[in-house]
Amino acid sequence: MRLLYFAWVREKTGIGAEEVELPREVTTIAELIAWQKTRGPEFAHAFERSEVIRAAIDKTHVRPSASIGAAREIAFFPPVTGG
Amino acid sequence: MIRVQEQDFDIGAEIAKLKSGRTDIGAIVTFTGTMRDSSRGQTLEAMTLEHYPGMTEQELARIESEAHARWPLQESLIIHRYGRLEPGDNIVLVITASEHREPAFHVSYFSKSWMPGTSAGHDEVCVRNCDQ
Repeated sequence: MRLLYFAWVREKTGIGAEEVELPREVTTIAELIAWQKTRGPEFAHAFERSEVIRAAIDKTHVRPSASIGAAREIAFFPPVTGG
Repeated sequence: MIRVQEQDFDIGAEIAKLKSGRTDIGAIVTFTGTMRDSSRGQTLEAMTLEHYPGMTEQELARIESEAHARWPLQESLIIHRYGRLEPGDNIVLVITASEHREPAFHVSYFSKSWMPGTSAGHDEVCVRNCDQ
């Protein structure tokens, strides 16, 4: 599974992309975020305000309840302001 | 048509290209999104728009095809920039062309309000990162 991080999520985790083996019990985006928080202080910090973080599975935006299924790539972004 | 690019765009040249050889277009509306020097009371000196290759194009194409499904458009172009931008710089361009003025105006407004990077609702594609 490839995980991608953008903007301040990347700055806080310290990495832009990584390959990981997800634990079997992680089946949704919400569970993946909960697992991310346990991966050390950088990840705990990056996913601290997890309610504002957006996720995309294979380049399509999804809700936290979305099932990871056979996803190849999951990306995390902060929200954007402006307009 | 959609384009995601780092370089600036020339609005006049883009309009000329879009209507080149066309005699069926009666209305062209453009929307240009530019960078402000402040956000939520903070002064901004620059920002960097990050771009997720593949997803940005996919989302912009989805917005464009939704616009074509809702209004009778003859042509459209969406350009979204990425990279480092300073106040006053162009960020996004939407050009819509239709036979009569209403569809072009409607879509220009619609596209702007749905544009990734300029709307809280569709902000997942381009991610702004303040350099201040």
